[in-house]
Amino acid sequence: MLISLSNGVRPLAVCSDHPFVARVSENSKLGDDEKRVTALLLRSPDATSEILPEGYRAYLFQYESTEKLRDSYVLPTTLHYLQEGDVIRVDPIRRRVRALYRRASTANFFLVTERCDNFCLMCSQPPRQQNDDWLVDELLRVIPLVDKTTTSLGITGGEPGLLGPRLIELVRAIRDALPRTALHILSNGRAFSDLPFARDLSAIRHGDLMVGIPLYSDLAEEHDYIVQAAGAFDQTVRGILNLKSEGVRVEVRVVIHGDTVERLPELAAFLARNLTFVDHVALMGLELTGFAKTNLNELWVDPVDYVTQLEEAVRTLRHARVPMSIYNHQLCVLPSALRGFARKSISDWKNTYAPECSECDVRDECGGMFASSSIRKSRGISPLREGAPQ
Amino acid sequence: MTTLKQPFRGRTDFLPSSGYRLLPFRLNRLRERQDHYVITNDVGEHVLLSKLELEDFVDHRLGTTTALYRRLKSKHFLFDERSRVAIDLLALKYRSRVARVAEFTALHMFVVTLRCDHSCHYCQVSRQSEDRANFDMTPSHAEKALALVFRSPARHLKIEFQGGEPLLNFPLVRHIVERAEALNREHGRDLRFVIASNLSRLTDDVLGFCKDHGIELSTSLDGPADLHDAQRPTKDGSSHARVMDAVRRARAMLGDQSVSALMTTTPAALERVEEIVDEYVAAGFRSIFLRSLSPYGFAARSLIRRYNVQDWITFFKRGLQHILDLNRRGYAMREEYTTVLLQKLFSPTGSGYVDLQSPAGMGIGGIVYNYDGAVYASDEGRMLAEMGDTSFKLGHLDEDSYKSMMTGDALLGPLEATVLESVPMCADCAFQPCCGADPVFHQATQGDWVGHKALSAFCEKQTAVLEFLVALLEDDAFARRTLLGWL
Repeated sequence: MLISLSNGVRPLAVCSDHPFVARVSENSKLGDDEKRVTALLLRSPDATSEILPEGYRAYLFQYESTEKLRDSYVLPTTLHYLQEGDVIRVDPIRRRVRALYRRASTANFFLVTERCDNFCLMCSQPPRQQNDDWLVDELLRVIPLVDKTTTSLGITGGEPGLLGPRLIELVRAIRDALPRTALHILSNGRAFSDLPFARDLSAIRHGDLMVGIPLYSDLAEEHDYIVQAAGAFDQTVRGILNLKSEGVRVEVRVVIHGDTVERLPELAAFLARNLTFVDHVALMGLELTGFAKTNLNELWVDPVDYVTQLEEAVRTLRHARVPMSIYNHQLCVLPSALRGFARKSISDWKNTYAPECSECDVRDECGGMFASSSIRKSRGISPLREGAPQ
Repeated sequence: MTTLKQPFRGRTDFLPSSGYRLLPFRLNRLRERQDHYVITNDVGEHVLLSKLELEDFVDHRLGTTTALYRRLKSKHFLFDERSRVAIDLLALKYRSRVARVAEFTALHMFVVTLRCDHSCHYCQVSRQSEDRANFDMTPSHAEKALALVFRSPARHLKIEFQGGEPLLNFPLVRHIVERAEALNREHGRDLRFVIASNLSRLTDDVLGFCKDHGIELSTSLDGPADLHDAQRPTKDGSSHARVMDAVRRARAMLGDQSVSALMTTTPAALERVEEIVDEYVAAGFRSIFLRSLSPYGFAARSLIRRYNVQDWITFFKRGLQHILDLNRRGYAMREEYTTVLLQKLFSPTGSGYVDLQSPAGMGIGGIVYNYDGAVYASDEGRMLAEMGDTSFKLGHLDEDSYKSMMTGDALLGPLEATVLESVPMCADCAFQPCCGADPVFHQATQGDWVGHKALSAFCEKQTAVLEFLVALLEDDAFARRTLLGWL
């Protein structure tokens, strides 16, 4: 889920010999301290008739230049979206620039590790078992550069819980640097089956923290199969219990696909009965990327074919007064009674609309679909007309 | 099923391989369905199964991929090597259900007067009298009672004004509400008020006060005018017309959901349940409480002798089916007694309904401050006292302390005797988690707090209604969906 619109940059002068992070700014009059962590963005030659100030961490040109200041680069057009306040990683060796944080986005997620102890059949971000401790080191440098008015940030993986104390360190750094920013950690919850670890997270006293934890079945054997890890169900449930008992808010995330759809009503009843105290349940459509693509035949179910199960699950959760939303579903594939629960949940940088959506009256209220979903499309996709009978 | 490519492992790799173990459960054979059983666990989750299925289950013969195995595992009737978290979850659910015991005495009933302008046949706790001195609560007793209200540890407190007809002593109601609010500024509880009234004296002045203080109204509506007025006589015989008018005015001023109503089943009502429900619909109510007659008081006893509990059960089933039919036709309507039982079956925290608690809700669920300063463990307890049996009198506001009343034998005796896990027959009953104890009923009918459940009309009624409900939930998809919507 990392923002990965990277492309080759062309160095103009002497470069650093290692990757670095910097905040993008067009302000050429920053103080020395700020300059050291800022990449000066130069959009056109007219704006920079004067001699460039020295001391910036890097200089990024959107046009041809003969600049010889250290770490000057010409950006490819694919990186012209970079704006004031974005935070980037510049890798001079590989000649890459990558946006780690985009100020204009409402869905900034930090990838903290690619390692995972689950191996979910539908994982959209397949794990890699290799040491990537440097990711946290880098994030600790990124966080102070993030805009203080950011409303929300996410932490994702891989499995962030595998970082252990380093996750705690990271969350504390985020709380200190961005006290008004909501933080959402996507975790499989297993690490929190260790009560002291849950306690450590709680002890940070982050003012607006939620841990989003997937639970795919009311039965251990089903959940364990879907996440391909024996014993995961028990650890995940215990993790949820520990976090809630320590006062950390928890969202349960259920991805609906071929292996979860049959028992969706039972799972809802299980949640309503056993985990009523969770703060939110998200019933989510499948993102057709990563392993979901590999296992497409087993996993793909057209949403119009699981409306009955979805309706019953929604009813059960609603009766139990568990706050609940439907994610990743286009409004037209849902029966009208469920549309009120649908959220525009697909990140702004990866959603798209079908051609027929241009005819739709509620397109603006709809989250659209994943850009990746073109490989399978619901039969239910069709423009909605306001006032027309459903 | 498709076979997954490497590196993914197949489903069978994750199935439990060796046997399973049973978790605690109770079973009842259904009376109206041969060879079928309902089983429940300690927290009220239930499964209906056939005798053969039950035998397979307890003899460890169920296959781990069968639908029944999965159902029983999901609802924590068994566990296997794949998962032990069931035990933690069961413990947590049990704690959630019994947590309310620590938050005791949420309901405080103030009998502000015994005087009433109605002379209902089934009522034993009212007087046709103008004698305020002898039948009204004094402000000094009210003050002492209020001090007791705030001794209760419950975070949510409800003060209910009872009678007699409480509006005949409205100045005291007003005084108590204002004093309670003043005291609550220090205590900070969630404090609510309700007036249980026939509404014949519902003046604009009273309504204005209710609006200012968020007071709810609870009234009696026994059915169509002829039935209601015959059962609830007044001097001018206009009880029905008055209550309907009052309900309209109350709704206009306080909102649609500000008035609730309940009915009492008399012999005359038995054949008319559909009409009674329809009367509630006509009056715009969205809920009704189909209530059986309590055997307290001589008149009530003579009434109750004219019908047996089976008659009431038939009445109730007919009524509930009629209510479900209304829902089928698009009018959302709820039955409150059913709702309580459904909460006990499906809600993680059960139900706080005072008359179905274990141990009994007396004293710790609700408490009564009578007009004369006597303190009773329950509303039925004071009714029994009117017949001369003061078993459930906890003490008197002038003489006894909170501590002595709440820890005295009059309360602790029946509480200890009514923990259902230890009550003969209840201990083994599948409906135990959905039931409660009614020591006053058994004292009145069998002479002791517990009684012999085989002879208990309370037990017969509970069992019949719960069997009816679990069968409905199983057999009738529309009924199931509707009933679960009442939670």
